[in-house]
Amino acid sequence: MKKKNWYLTIGIVLTACMLIFIAVGFFWTPYVPSAMSAGDRNGRPSLRHLFGCDSFGRDIFSRTLEGAGATLTIALAVLAVGAVCGLVVGALCGYYGGAADALIMRLCDAVAAFPSVLLAMVVLAVTGPGKYNVIGALGVLFIPSFARLVRGEFLKYRDRDFVQSARLTGVSDLRIIFVHILPNIWPVLLSGLTIGFNNAVLAEASMSYLGIGVSAQEPSLGYMLKDAQGYFFTLPWCTAFPAAVVILLILGVGLLGEGIRERMGVAS
Amino acid sequence: MPKLKKWALLLLAAIAMLPASLCGCTGGTGHSGSDPASAQSGELPKGRGKMPKSVRAFLLLAVIAMLPASLYGCTGGKGSNGNSVTVGIAQDLSNLDPQLAKTAGIREVLFNIFEGLVKASPDGSVVPAVASDYEISADATTYTFTLREGVTFHNGNPVTIEDVVYSLERCAGSENDGKPLVSAFSNVSRIEATDDGHVVITLAEPSLEFLNALTAAIIPKDSGSTITETMIGTGPFKFISYAPQDSLVMEKYDGYWNQEKAAKLDKVTFKIVPDVNAMVVGLKGGTLDMVVHLPNNLEGEVKDAFTVHEDTMKLVQALYINNAVKPFDNELVRQAMYYAIDVDQIIDFVCGGAGVPTGTSMYPAQEKYFMPELAKRYATDVEKARELLAQAGYPDGFTMTITAPSNYAQHVDTAQVIIEQLKAVGITAELVQVEWESWVSDVYRGRDYQTTVCGISADDMTAREMLVRYMSDNQKNFINFQDEEFDGAVTRAMAAADEEEQVALYKQAEEILNEKAASLWIQDLCDLVVMDPKLDGFTFYRTYVIDMSTISYQ
Repeated sequence: MKKKNWYLTIGIVLTACMLIFIAVGFFWTPYVPSAMSAGDRNGRPSLRHLFGCDSFGRDIFSRTLEGAGATLTIALAVLAVGAVCGLVVGALCGYYGGAADALIMRLCDAVAAFPSVLLAMVVLAVTGPGKYNVIGALGVLFIPSFARLVRGEFLKYRDRDFVQSARLTGVSDLRIIFVHILPNIWPVLLSGLTIGFNNAVLAEASMSYLGIGVSAQEPSLGYMLKDAQGYFFTLPWCTAFPAAVVILLILGVGLLGEGIRERMGVAS
Repeated sequence: MPKLKKWALLLLAAIAMLPASLCGCTGGTGHSGSDPASAQSGELPKGRGKMPKSVRAFLLLAVIAMLPASLYGCTGGKGSNGNSVTVGIAQDLSNLDPQLAKTAGIREVLFNIFEGLVKASPDGSVVPAVASDYEISADATTYTFTLREGVTFHNGNPVTIEDVVYSLERCAGSENDGKPLVSAFSNVSRIEATDDGHVVITLAEPSLEFLNALTAAIIPKDSGSTITETMIGTGPFKFISYAPQDSLVMEKYDGYWNQEKAAKLDKVTFKIVPDVNAMVVGLKGGTLDMVVHLPNNLEGEVKDAFTVHEDTMKLVQALYINNAVKPFDNELVRQAMYYAIDVDQIIDFVCGGAGVPTGTSMYPAQEKYFMPELAKRYATDVEKARELLAQAGYPDGFTMTITAPSNYAQHVDTAQVIIEQLKAVGITAELVQVEWESWVSDVYRGRDYQTTVCGISADDMTAREMLVRYMSDNQKNFINFQDEEFDGAVTRAMAAADEEEQVALYKQAEEILNEKAASLWIQDLCDLVVMDPKLDGFTFYRTYVIDMSTISYQ
């Protein structure tokens, strides 16, 4: 009998819940997230304000919705940049090999040797903060990990029989790379993507938290945490709820990735 | 205190886990790539060890969630021991030249190390310091000072009349191509030592306020080029060390001339903490014993365990507007913005209602000159604001930027409230946070900005200092305000020999600033000084200084 894959089940449910929560925030928030209200300053969580209010009387629930949207957008954009570029670099390196491959991979090793948040901080110190700068900086720094992942898989497949027969029949290299080999590495890539996503969320949150991420006007969850840390004891809800959203989102996607891996393992 | 210990332990645990969490951010992705050897042998990558990545991610997050409390102020232990105090200040001390000290944040610290012929006293007047006595001629053009006996520099040398003359001449620009370091000295025509104990300063134009300019530091002869390193003055504290962006340390000077007012603490460290949340954590963690200018919003976090003193800051916070750039060169636009914002609401949000609306470039501690009625002219009126904007040709509003120094939470908060308020009239404002150093170089000196929120104080506690800076050609006129009527009023006020006339003229100048909405003057901010309850003796001055000499442990 097949063992139930709890990771996958819980992961899917949790991730779906979080995505719905965030998706709602794109279209609707109970209050305007930046609207200040003198009467609600420092308000505790209540029916009117589910997550309470900050020292400007801004509704934390609305801000969390918006902030989660900002965080998700940035994380997905970072992932897109990192995964697409990483895929192309990794595929070409893995398929062709040679001196260029060695050079690029050593370069990737060098970049990967530093914590990406640290490197991104350096980049942002030069370019200045802002949503797009964060996406650019983190995206580029996410390339090596994907490149290595994809390259490894391509090394595995490039001399397989189906590839060689395709080559013998005169199929172009590009077609072999993207049509013949790529679908085979999809499961590995998928679990790599879930981990990459989590790292992107964390990196964005850490950077906003350190004050070098997005600006005050498009608050991400990390920025909200930074903003509220001074009120850790008097207004705990200002930190608790945004933090909970980050935790649940990461936990959900993390379990999802674990589930995918486990399922793959069983299949092989 | 068991409660404190528990927290300290928790914080330490969080800090200890921090490196792991940071590495983890990249480590996870790095290892997820299958390593080539195993890939070639045809194995699928497996998770390492028993602990799934998701669980590790969760643990990391738990640490991240604890970070807010742990990032700063966790170097552990009590910051100071014995008879010493560590004070948290928000601003780095970039140029320590005591005579050139440009920013209020530097002046308030140097107040403890340097003294002038006279020095500020808490009630807003000046009292003799390096001079023991002074005499001002009836026409207010000749100032005669008697050098005090027994005043010594921190290096032990007695202060001589040569040191005094050298210092005054340096203020007047002797080492700066004739450009005065202290602006009031542009009025000086002659500085002369009549004998070993007296110096006579002759002014070109009569001035009643020049006495306050003589709070400018007295430094040893010929030390101008090295003063920022040696920092030798005559104050109650002597300079020990300065580490940029970190701290300035000073110790009690045993040879201080006024033993009655000698410092009670042995050592004071000014710790530069550009993040306000870090200040709170520093206080709670024990690395800071005292914090000045803490924003009101954070009072709740500290009031149970610390003594909180409250006053106003003796400065004018405003949305300073660059009058030279479009659309702000149009008076109607500035007035419309003034009608659009709600000053009382700003004061409520930012200062818990404890700030004082000013309406012009003058703060309430300047009793003689302060005009509370000016704060009422631009009562919030959105309709009127829209009307004025339409007249000016911006019926649909416009977009603009507000630059704010990120180390001053009060100014950043104020900017955020203003942005919300301006939305009502269709003006979309964007907040640009910059570090203090870039604020000084780009905004204040470079004048490359649209609008900015900051506070302006008076070096020498005179009305002159608050107003002369907005004269058309003044080098401190960073808002590029140009108005002949204003220039005329201030010029006549400075030269007025009769005090009543002078007050009237300064008030006229204040009204012009208000009427033309040269900037949106907001408030004299509420000032909170938070101290360890064991500390005593803090005194507020009527100017922006921190006097550490009166503070002691009970």
